[in-house]
Amino acid sequence: MTSALAAPRSPYARAPRKNGVNWEKWGWLYMRVSGIVLVVLIFGHLFVNLMVGEGVSALNFAFVSGKLANPFWQWWDVAMLWLALIHGGNGMRTLVNDYATTRVARGILKSAILAAVVILIVLGTLVVFTFDACPAGQPADLLPTFCQAL
Amino acid sequence: MWSWVLHRITGVAIFFFLLVHILDTALVRVSPEAYNAVISQYQTPIMGLGEVALVGAIVFHAFNGLRIIAIDFWNAKYQRVLFYVVIGLWVVTMLAFVPRHLINVFSH
Repeated sequence: MTSALAAPRSPYARAPRKNGVNWEKWGWLYMRVSGIVLVVLIFGHLFVNLMVGEGVSALNFAFVSGKLANPFWQWWDVAMLWLALIHGGNGMRTLVNDYATTRVARGILKSAILAAVVILIVLGTLVVFTFDACPAGQPADLLPTFCQAL
Repeated sequence: MWSWVLHRITGVAIFFFLLVHILDTALVRVSPEAYNAVISQYQTPIMGLGEVALVGAIVFHAFNGLRIIAIDFWNAKYQRVLFYVVIGLWVVTMLAFVPRHLINVFSH
């Protein structure tokens, strides 16, 4: 255990940049602003999906597509998707910076976090805005009831 | 210190659940059968208990996050009493959630 962590408040190994954008400050502020919004969005998400009616037992394609056919829930879910993934990815980046001891390990882990965040934001956004609540040729009992009117 | 440790542990747990949860929800784009097959796995008794742990982690992370904001922008001298407020709000929220959720899980 010779590679001990540096003592708290020891000088930076590399001198901090004196000019340019202070990205760490904006990241710090993002965690707090997005955190407040996410408390509202996720508590609302959990209440509607787990507390109302029969909760988790009522979840199926008809329930989810019924919600996602409504622009209100589309934008609610897309806002959660972007805010939560960037918040979580930035949090994981902080942990990697704290606990991964070599430069190579930090690079690999942060690249993996960035790839996961970007891929899932693209995937989730495409799903929310391109999916069909009433796909053709599917059994009617699996679809939301409003599909019968089409 | 324990609030800081718990904030990190719950944060990592929520992050990995989020990755899986986006992938399972993306199955609505594949077919109703595919989505229903996977979501029914969330309705088993074992996963029902897992959802209690997940909601417990989210509620702690949420309330302790608001505590961190209060410490940073308002007044750090109340950090200890605010930690007890977080624990109290967590207990109240879980008392509202857990019985109702377990009834939904175990009565189906």
